[in-house]
Amino acid sequence: MTIEVHTLDDGAWISVNNERRISVSQLWRLATHDFCPCEEADVLVEAFREVGVSYPDIEARIVGECIGCGTDGVTGWVVVGRAIDGEFYSVVPESVHFPG
Amino acid sequence: MPSKVEGWKDEVYGTEVRERLFEFAEEGWEAIPEDEHDAWFERFKWWGLYHQRNGQESYFMMRIGTPNGVLEPGQLRTVAEIADEFARGPADNPEFGGAYCDWTTRQSIQLHWIRIEDVPAIFEKLEANGMSTIQACGDSWRNIVGCPVAGKDEHEHIDAWPIAEELHEEFKGNDAYSNMPRKWKVSVTGCDQGCGQGDINDLAFEPARKEIDGEEITGFNVRVGGGLSRKEPRFARDIDVFCTTEEASDISAGMSALFRDHGNRDNRFNARIKFLVDEWGPEKIRDTLQEQYIDYELRSAGEDLRENYTYNAGHDEVHGDHVGVHEQPDGNYYVGLNVLVGRMGAADALELADLAQQYGSGEVRLTQRQNVILTDVPEGNLDDLLAEPLLEDYSPDPHPFMRGSIACTGTEFCSLSIVETKNRQVRYARWLKDNVELPADTTDFHVHLSGCTASCAQPQIADISLRGMKSRKNDGVVEAFDIGLGGGLGENPHFADWIEMRVPADEVPGYIGNLLDVFEAEREDDESFRDFIAARDEEELGDLADPEETDYEDPYMHNTKQTWYPYAEDDDMEGRPTPARADGTPISADD
Ligand code: HEM
Ligand code: SF4
Ligand SMILES: [Zn+2]
Repeated sequence: MTIEVHTLDDGAWISVNNERRISVSQLWRLATHDFCPCEEADVLVEAFREVGVSYPDIEARIVGECIGCGTDGVTGWVVVGRAIDGEFYSVVPESVHFPG
Repeated sequence: MPSKVEGWKDEVYGTEVRERLFEFAEEGWEAIPEDEHDAWFERFKWWGLYHQRNGQESYFMMRIGTPNGVLEPGQLRTVAEIADEFARGPADNPEFGGAYCDWTTRQSIQLHWIRIEDVPAIFEKLEANGMSTIQACGDSWRNIVGCPVAGKDEHEHIDAWPIAEELHEEFKGNDAYSNMPRKWKVSVTGCDQGCGQGDINDLAFEPARKEIDGEEITGFNVRVGGGLSRKEPRFARDIDVFCTTEEASDISAGMSALFRDHGNRDNRFNARIKFLVDEWGPEKIRDTLQEQYIDYELRSAGEDLRENYTYNAGHDEVHGDHVGVHEQPDGNYYVGLNVLVGRMGAADALELADLAQQYGSGEVRLTQRQNVILTDVPEGNLDDLLAEPLLEDYSPDPHPFMRGSIACTGTEFCSLSIVETKNRQVRYARWLKDNVELPADTTDFHVHLSGCTASCAQPQIADISLRGMKSRKNDGVVEAFDIGLGGGLGENPHFADWIEMRVPADEVPGYIGNLLDVFEAEREDDESFRDFIAARDEEELGDLADPEETDYEDPYMHNTKQTWYPYAEDDDMEGRPTPARADGTPISADD
């Protein structure tokens, strides 16, 4: 099963199998990351820089800012959703994510 | 590796997109193959259509490029009629109603809630009246900007309007330049006040003079690589080139070909020419332009007029933002009217078109401050025009907070947005007007609000810059702003310094009030706000004032991007009435 993913409108959202699925403007919590000094980063997503698939995970590098400490930059790869048998499953941004 | 967008553009782009667009329009929204949506919506941008954000599927923003902001007699009426008939969506905006036009910071026009089925009729009407949406968005020559009163102003070095018109004719729809790595924004200024805002454009022609063969020639100096997007603002850089008015088109062709051939097509984030100028430096840009694109010897820069620039310079504004009544060289007057956050209801726009016809020549112009100007008003008509009821809402003499308020599109329609913008800025301006004193000599005060770092409202060149953010407050996520201070243009332009970060949106007016109290108390004599900020270091600026809740109420604190439309009675994404067929009936997922 191929999964077609790309970012659009200059990183405003991620398209999965040609449907808009994940959008900027949400806060994502990251643990064990090196994005900023905070133990748990609280990252406002301002754009998706890159997106890729590591089946079944859809992963992205996020351009954003930690609203805890103000650090801005690009994160490592974060799982932003899953696609299993062509079905998209979202993940909850507010739960804790572990960038690889 | 070229980006995905580059692949789509290689298949179909430019003028040829129109044919397929019209076929889809004929067959209806559902005829666009679902697995080709993303590719087609990217291509439609070239024809000025931008698919609205998630929750608003099947509706488009339509941008009409009006070079130098000039709407010839009759054109405003056409635009207003189109807005009235076609720019209506499933829900009204509580401040602006059901159909409205946006005058943008690049002297263009935006309409929203456009259906693809209506596009051929709209194009036909626009084109019959000398207008077009061509290249209004997408990777190509965007709308050419300049001093909005070009040819009508006493402070003119060169009348730049014919040159802007010439470039518009030559480069719009020109296949050689139709597929650029990214957008290409050009400014042509002839006015000696600097109001073309060349410094924040990809390519800027700025007034200059040079002695050539013993004769003083008026023409332009050329700057390249300005722009505000991301957290990487740049002022255009001097490449040490002077050109005559006749040569502006060669230089334009050369510079845009240089960008076409050497710009970054692998990574859209770093594609704007400002990044190429960073990488190469102005000398290499000039050398490459000379060696590969211009077949005569480039002249070195002439003497510029920058030291005279008063536009948004923080001092001595001459015609300021063009709002107000100003004499033209021919003895007639132009009358600039303030449009709060640049949005005007369709009925008001129709009325304005009538006033332009009745009192002036019918011509209307759009400024880079989201305002409108009626030109060619004979002195004898001024009193009657100024007494018109419409001018109570769109004032030629507005309060500084109303006058200086600019806001972008934001979560209402825009995919990239973080926060609600226009309606909030309307509320900020009203609250500030009612509650905050400005020093009596401060007639111009800019508050520019952008919903994200793309900076469409040009926040970095305002006295107070607001950039959309999020914060946590009372255990919830709220819309917030980073606040910058002291930006502006002029001889020595300066980007705002970011001072207060992630301020909850309902504490912003209180902050501005507190800050202006300190300004009033501590400024020296008639020190301008910009000088007052420039005289202090970052730490001092941080200590000046604190954000504070006041009786200002903000109805948009919740995550407005998670709604299908922030002002709908039932705004829940799940219950959205989109996508919809041409008659507005929603198409449900299991149809
Ligand atoms: C539906 C979505 C969008 C809307 C409604 C919108 C609206 C606007 C408006 C009103 C302007 C003023 C300029 C003009 O007339 O051309 C503008 C300029 C601009 N837009 Fe957008 N925009 C949208 C999406 C985007 C996106 C996705 C980007 C991504 C990078 C972007 C970046 C910019 C920038 C950078 C400027 C001007 C600032 C500069 O001088 O560089 N916009 N936009
Ligand atoms: S600044 Fe951001 S939110 Fe505002 S219109 Fe531009 S892209 Fe959209
Ligand atoms: Zn942090």
